[in-house]
Amino acid sequence: MKKKPFASADEIKPALDKNRLVAKLREILPRDAVLFDEEDLRPYECDALSVYRKLPMIVVLPGTIEQVQAIIRLCFAENVPVIARGAGTGLSGGATPVGDGVILSLAKFMSILKIDPLARSAVVQPGVRNLAISQAVAAHGLYYAPDPSSQIACTIGGNVAENSGGVHCLKYGLTVHNVRKVKIVTMAGELITLGSDALDSSGYDLLALINGSEGMLGVIVEVTVKLTPVPARAQVVLAAFDDVVNAGIAVGKVIGAGIIPAGLEMMDRLAVQAAEDFAQVGYPTDAAAILLCELDGTHEEVAEQILIVREMMQQCHATEVRTARDEAEREAFWKGRKAAFPAIGRLAPDYYCMDGTIPRKHLPYVLRRMAELSIEYDLRVANVFHAGDGNLHPLILYDANVPGELARTEAFGGKILELCIEVGGSITGEHGVGIEKLDQMHLQFNDEELIQFHAVKHAFDPTDLLNPGKAVPTPKRCSEYRQLPTQGQNRSSQNGAQQA
Amino acid sequence: MNQDLSERLQQQVLNAANTSQPLQIKGSGSKIFLGHVAAGATLDVSAHRGIVSYDPVELVITARAGTPLRELEQTLSDANQMLPFEPPHFGLNTTLGGTIACGLSGPARPFNGSVRDYVLGVKMINGRGEILSFGGQVMKNVAGYDCSRLMSGAMGTLGVILEVSLKVLPKQAAEITLVNKTSLPQALDTMNHWAGKSLPLSAACYDGEHCYLRLSGAKTAVESARLLIGGEQHAASHAFWQNVKEHQHPFFQSEQPLWRLSLPAEGPPLDIPGEWFIDWCGAQRWLLSNSSAEIIRQQAQQAGGHATLFRRGPAAAHTETFQLPADGVMQLHHRLKQAFDPAAIFNPGRLYPGL
Ligand SMILES: Cc1cc2nc3c(=O)[nH]c(=O)nc-3n(C[C@H](O)[C@H](O)[C@H](O)COP(=O)(O)OP(=O)(O)OC[C@H]3O[C@@H](n4cnc5c(N)ncnc54)[C@H](O)[C@@H]3O)c2cc1C
Repeated sequence: MKKKPFASADEIKPALDKNRLVAKLREILPRDAVLFDEEDLRPYECDALSVYRKLPMIVVLPGTIEQVQAIIRLCFAENVPVIARGAGTGLSGGATPVGDGVILSLAKFMSILKIDPLARSAVVQPGVRNLAISQAVAAHGLYYAPDPSSQIACTIGGNVAENSGGVHCLKYGLTVHNVRKVKIVTMAGELITLGSDALDSSGYDLLALINGSEGMLGVIVEVTVKLTPVPARAQVVLAAFDDVVNAGIAVGKVIGAGIIPAGLEMMDRLAVQAAEDFAQVGYPTDAAAILLCELDGTHEEVAEQILIVREMMQQCHATEVRTARDEAEREAFWKGRKAAFPAIGRLAPDYYCMDGTIPRKHLPYVLRRMAELSIEYDLRVANVFHAGDGNLHPLILYDANVPGELARTEAFGGKILELCIEVGGSITGEHGVGIEKLDQMHLQFNDEELIQFHAVKHAFDPTDLLNPGKAVPTPKRCSEYRQLPTQGQNRSSQNGAQQA
Repeated sequence: MNQDLSERLQQQVLNAANTSQPLQIKGSGSKIFLGHVAAGATLDVSAHRGIVSYDPVELVITARAGTPLRELEQTLSDANQMLPFEPPHFGLNTTLGGTIACGLSGPARPFNGSVRDYVLGVKMINGRGEILSFGGQVMKNVAGYDCSRLMSGAMGTLGVILEVSLKVLPKQAAEITLVNKTSLPQALDTMNHWAGKSLPLSAACYDGEHCYLRLSGAKTAVESARLLIGGEQHAASHAFWQNVKEHQHPFFQSEQPLWRLSLPAEGPPLDIPGEWFIDWCGAQRWLLSNSSAEIIRQQAQQAGGHATLFRRGPAAAHTETFQLPADGVMQLHHRLKQAFDPAAIFNPGRLYPGL
């Protein structure tokens, strides 16, 4: 994605404050763990939604929980905003800095502290990469189930903060279903344990609340994850359709037959073609849509279900049904899907990834409306879809160098989210609200609900210092928002100077 | 009769809030034994009932809080689906709202997940008398803080649950239970060993003499797991687990205080005098004991868990039901209570004293 101009220097707090804070932070941390020169700060100016950019005042890289506490206590006392950052792969601008704030990177928290095969759990530091957990426990026949496509890079701390999903959510749940215990440091600098090594803890389910809290309730400094036995067998069926509606019907048929696939993904023509060009895995590029349906479990179960699924696909007029014959072919089928984002990214100078959820039955309508909107806004859109759980990822293709295209893209994206709400869905299934979807939060929630969210936030962080301005818009903006002709405007005002 | 009483309930809450009168939220009263009886006038939610929407293919059901759990489960069963967390009823007319508020799950919990794992959305009335909706009717939704799951297990102290959307799953084709005679330490090891394998396990308990492993899934999968695990096949699998879930198993027929210890599943047996029934692979241990609450709670805490006085019996009438969390966590409880229910009108004292 294209860069937007950087924050101008005068938006950053006066140098005096900054120098004083740097000096104080250096009392807590080694010199090389406090970054404040512009060139050192640059890598932290955005997450993977790089249309939002802002240089932070300071970046700190603590290595111990005590250091995290000390940093936070200092920032609390000095009234300085703190923004936790994992790998920066977020897609909603959640880790975007504020100009007078400190980025607290968890990058040094890279250790897996404990693996307990009998308890089926692992204790890991927040900066451990998602995939690294599964790799570390593989020898015990276990894995960590949630598998975002970014799993080679994203951190478990970021996963908890976003309640991330993956292609295996329908059967194995989201992050919230796979985390047992989380240690957080609150904005008061207190170390607090949520959840336990048992299956529940006394009182409110604060563990559920911290999942998906977008770094706004506490800084996650340790995570105990639940591990899942590696299934004895996993096999994937690829079905091609000459009509997306039939593919949608097939999804309902499979689930209606009482089968919960480990993964059930749909890609439309543009996505299939892009993935095939990119990964050369043998996808049928003439199809209007393909479904990838993975079944896992015991040998007998999988064998039985593969036959049923093939039958269902055929009943729904699949033009072709293939079953991966071996592990290599299974990996190939998935390789195309996992590379879909970068593959589609090659079709245009820029792409914008959306993340809405809908009740599955509305898929044909939503796809049709999206095609109409695509014509209306004169922008191509490719669809990658976690079909099993109704999570759409429309990717809008655009060129930021063409004047007005980004604004049009954002307006188109806003319309897609409105469409999701119209059919009873949600504006975000797994990428979070961040700063990207603040406007659409007003469509999904009324003022009272937003005020309630703020009250929850203030129960943890009364002075709004932890990742301020993200995830929950101020209810006041409600009236402003409704008067705005397009949602794009609001965003540009947040980012200062860029596209007018 | 199915009816929507949201407005009437909202008015009652507004009246209570305006006059700072506490309300005792009540469904059918089936779990009145859990927690101290809250002070205040009764807010009866049981007539606010009915399934609002259910489309089996979407795997989601939405129903009003007063809907009898029995009715909800029957509707699901007719479509060959189920609530995967197997909630205990503890009464004939148990409501959905109370089920969510108490956050109790049945024998399938370690394998299928808990109540809150299946909560997708909640419509509620907060202490300001506002009707709020959180979450939704879709599988994945990360917009806003997860206030719907927060309602699960909050014992009605954060608000009146009006409507709940739950994820549901297909029923399994086959179910059997294998029984093996063994010791407690051996049973804990066995249950957790098999739970770590790719097997269609759906429940695991130990009654003091025998270890019971339930298998649910495709016929062929259940059959091959049976051969692998071995043991005698229970003659009445369904009834056995039903009795464990509803506390109708002979173990639970006692006048002694009944404690529920939530512990790390694989942890060693605790040294507290009394009788034990071990469920959830060891993560939920029922204890009939006259030992003091202090001793039981201290041991549970040391082992990494907590203890609930589930049924108090005459001997323990004044003991607190729920174990207090650590100070920092308790403070968050008070602040969250303040955030949802500033006048402290909902179920005061039901969960913790002063909350
Ligand atoms: C190509 C690509 C594919 C992706 N695929 C998926 C997918 O399939 N499913 C999915 O769900 N997401 C996906 N994502 C989005 C992203 O990877 C996830 O949101 C991920 O969880 C972010 O992790 P991170 O470590 O990069 O967090 P960051 O981007 O660094 O931070 C994300 C948010 O979490 C907060 N945060 C980070 N660490 C902590 C902490 N320790 N304590 C408190 N708050 C913290 C930040 O403040 C920020 O608000 C994808 C992204 C890309 C680029």
